[in-house]
Amino acid sequence: MSEYIITTEKGKWEVICGLEIHCQIISRSKIFSGASTEFGDDTNENVSFVDAGMPGMLPTLNKECVHQAVKTGLGLNAVINKYSEFSRKNYFYADLPQGYQITQFQYPIVGEGTIDIDLPDGSTKTIRIERMHIEQDAAKSIHDMSPTKSFIDLNRAGVGLMEIVTKPDFRSPEEAGAFLRKLRSILRYLGTCDGNMDEGSMRCDINVSVRPLGSDELRTRCEMKNVNSVKFVMQAIESEAKRHVETYESGGTIAQETRQFDPSTQTTKAMRKKEFAHDYRYFPEPDLPPLVLSDEFINKIKSELVELPDAKKSRFIREMGLTPYDASVICENKETAEFFEKAAKGHDAKKVANWLMGDFFAMLNEKKLELKDSPVSAENLGALVELITSNVINGKTAKDVFAIMAETGDNPNKIVEEKGLKQVTDTGAIEKMIDDLLASATDNVTAYRSGKVGLFGWFVGQIMKQSQGKANPVVVNELLKKKLG
Amino acid sequence: MTDLTDLTIKDSLTKLKAKEISPVDLTNAYIKKMQDNDKYNAYVTTTTEQALAQAKVAEQHYMNGTNRPLEGIALGIKDLFCTKNIRTTACSHIIDNFIPQYESTVTQNLLNDGALFLGKLNLDEFAMGGSNETSCFGPVVNPWSKETKLVAGGSSGGSAAAVAAKMCAAATGTDTGGSIREPAAFCGVTGIKPTYGRCSRYGIVAFASSLDQAGPICKDVTDCALLLNSMAGYDAKDSTSSQVTVPDFSSFIGQDIKGLKIGIPVEYRVDGMNKEVAAYWDKAAEMLKENGAEIVSVNLPHTKYALPTYYVIAPAEASSNLARYDGVRYGNRVDGNGLDELYINTRTSGFGKEVKRRILIGTYVLSAGYYDAYYLKAQKVRRLIKNDFDEAFKKCDIILTPTSPIEPFAIGDKKMLENPINMYLNDVFTVSVNLAGLPAMSLPIGLSSNGLPLGMQLIGKPFDEGTVFKAGYQLERSANFVRM
Amino acid sequence: MAVDNDTVRRIAFLSRLRVEPDKLEDTKQEFNKILAWVEELGEVNTDNVEPLVSVNNESLLLREDNVTAGHISQEVLANAPAKEYGYFVVPKVVE
Repeated sequence: MSEYIITTEKGKWEVICGLEIHCQIISRSKIFSGASTEFGDDTNENVSFVDAGMPGMLPTLNKECVHQAVKTGLGLNAVINKYSEFSRKNYFYADLPQGYQITQFQYPIVGEGTIDIDLPDGSTKTIRIERMHIEQDAAKSIHDMSPTKSFIDLNRAGVGLMEIVTKPDFRSPEEAGAFLRKLRSILRYLGTCDGNMDEGSMRCDINVSVRPLGSDELRTRCEMKNVNSVKFVMQAIESEAKRHVETYESGGTIAQETRQFDPSTQTTKAMRKKEFAHDYRYFPEPDLPPLVLSDEFINKIKSELVELPDAKKSRFIREMGLTPYDASVICENKETAEFFEKAAKGHDAKKVANWLMGDFFAMLNEKKLELKDSPVSAENLGALVELITSNVINGKTAKDVFAIMAETGDNPNKIVEEKGLKQVTDTGAIEKMIDDLLASATDNVTAYRSGKVGLFGWFVGQIMKQSQGKANPVVVNELLKKKLG
Repeated sequence: MTDLTDLTIKDSLTKLKAKEISPVDLTNAYIKKMQDNDKYNAYVTTTTEQALAQAKVAEQHYMNGTNRPLEGIALGIKDLFCTKNIRTTACSHIIDNFIPQYESTVTQNLLNDGALFLGKLNLDEFAMGGSNETSCFGPVVNPWSKETKLVAGGSSGGSAAAVAAKMCAAATGTDTGGSIREPAAFCGVTGIKPTYGRCSRYGIVAFASSLDQAGPICKDVTDCALLLNSMAGYDAKDSTSSQVTVPDFSSFIGQDIKGLKIGIPVEYRVDGMNKEVAAYWDKAAEMLKENGAEIVSVNLPHTKYALPTYYVIAPAEASSNLARYDGVRYGNRVDGNGLDELYINTRTSGFGKEVKRRILIGTYVLSAGYYDAYYLKAQKVRRLIKNDFDEAFKKCDIILTPTSPIEPFAIGDKKMLENPINMYLNDVFTVSVNLAGLPAMSLPIGLSSNGLPLGMQLIGKPFDEGTVFKAGYQLERSANFVRM
Repeated sequence: MAVDNDTVRRIAFLSRLRVEPDKLEDTKQEFNKILAWVEELGEVNTDNVEPLVSVNNESLLLREDNVTAGHISQEVLANAPAKEYGYFVVPKVVE
């Protein structure tokens, strides 16, 4: 259990934090219109009359968005609400063509759930999800193209969003960071959101308050909206918590307000106050009847659900003997986990894991390649490890072979054959080499036997050189020890 | 030479198919009537050139035998339906320059069936009103007016007046609280609001989403059936559109009504009711009885709460539906210092008084702290009103009431102007139908002692327009009302 | 429940409508007349009554996930009172 306590001269404080995460739904068309969700196209290209809020236009619900939401809900171990309603959230803004957003207020599609997070000290903590609902994304406004005008592009207007609301269970920036990484991993596994915070497909609103350590009061909280990186989320929580503590300790009060986090100064500042507060006047969306899901619909999705990171991690630990840390790293990304599993099939899983996390990823990094473009296939990686395990080649040779595999994409067996790299295990041959060496290097033999034990490495090196690296090092060591005494 | 504009759609189609008349002559006859009757201010946009071009195409279809169900029939379209490339204004200054780049489903259905459009018809601004006096293009004058200019009813005043003065074969209207039925009654023509969900709302400028429905206004019951056949149908682009099969409504015309139970709701006989209206109500019941129907008394206990329920729900939904009119993507824009000023300037100058009034009320009843007391309460009373009808329909097949408690009044009537509620009270017989989502028709029953038309309303069970057409036709025959 | 001038001003702003100071009183009176009238609803016993959210009992039909709209930027911008470089233009928004 990580303890994040703000300690000052005056006292100790604890941080209470909750998150609201907006995740763009992966689907071909938008949630309430048939326009494309494709990112990066020409201005106002992916806009239908419905998205533009033209007179007489009406919303129609995308089946895939519902599918993705249910899938996500199941991935969050959450209650799927068979009955849900859509609502209108009314306000005026440049990025809101209809003058209201279609969302879900009273009856969301997904209820309470949980996500388990892994903390750096190895412990896990369960974060509770309050609810998740689906809604429309807003348009994009550009404010820095002119000193007097703002420009509106409706391409993003109407793209489906899943809004996940957590309970205020976070007690440290690290917990929030771990949560976001875990959530992203789950969403990517499910294929329901790509989780690219830097592209804006996953955005985080943060609620922060503090309280004296040991008390159970809930003090005023402040909100920071649209923070778009895990790092910034953690920094924002830290800086905002600090501000609260400083304010309280100097006798001040915290006003409930929305603040903006500025990464360059690591501080938050209050957003310009409006004359009248927002009053969203939520009411049931009359253009959409209630959504009723059948057990059949939900069960089908359940039965097709991929194995999620936690389950996969447990299985890797249990069935393949990986350490929790290794399993965690490998399972963070579904493609990596699948690659690993394929590579490890029928081979020494732990060794494969080491190779994967070590030489293999180093190679990809160096070549600036994605996993899917790897020159070394999963099967070939597994085959390489097999060669080591069955003593066909030794560790050093394996590295050479791997380097060749990375260049040619060839099967390691083929490389070993062609280059005659098979390990020399024949004790007789090695013994002969050792005998020859000891006979010629008599000075070093004497020196070793009279106490210069450091020379052992030299003898090993010589035999390895002699055998062009192919001698089985274990055998070399054993025989040398025996003969040197 | 008979006046071609006297022909019903049914008779026009017969003659067109027999090649006794041509679509071009028929269309020209209506165009002449439009020109001669400008004084009623029924049309706000005319498309007579296009209409004639379409009439020529219709002629070809008749020649080739490829004529469609409404081939060559000239219609007027309420200016609330978005018609592609034809200006659509909702009779509001805020979008009086809007050219839709898309067609509403209902008007597309009519075009697909070969109908042609003579122009766009006047209405109360954004369909909010019961007299067509709130239009930015000025009030519609009831063709039945004598010395004093009378209202044509609203909001589909232009549609009803155009049909009454034979400026089109028929017209489309919309009805949210009585906007097809009341003007039909005031102008001595026939109109039906079908069951909620029968006609698609796609492309119709929204007023109150859970109440709006499109429907025909025609010379008689039979024509309404023909037009509704074309207008109605499931539309995937409207999520509130119903999948219930659309029967051939004209098949109900002429069916007998022996044994049909006509419900007379006790609570509709309000204190101080206009005596002539009450008398005609009794007379209508008698006429139906003479045709073999049975009269039964029914109760609709929550009737008196229908108006306040409507005047909470409709403005609430309207306040949200009209938020999109902000001068950014279309409409008349009035600039300002900053975004909010742009919105405020545009909307304050663009919307008329009644619309602004309803937006304010609507915003208030949805606002924090008041939602439960007003909107939520109204939605609950709405359920009780619907339950009332469900109960009543266990005892009868169809309900008969007057359409309006009063006869057409003068444009600018002081009593109506001094308190908006006085205007709202005229909707007393019609609003509960929209709240319950039921089909209802208004047909002319006779003239008042002032020589002005009065209408009767027939309310049917959900999706039972058939019985409404059946009973309506028999009542029409018995009433034998002589149109203008 | 009668409203006061501040409420009228607040509601007007929420609706992005201006009520001129000299019209404020009239607007308020009218408002209150209408509210008094709809207050009658308070008389009705609605205990255990479910609000009517959808008048037909048909549930929401779902649309297949295909791209069937868009690529009409010209039509979308056709009626725009102010447009530049393919964008809608508004007065500069300051956060």
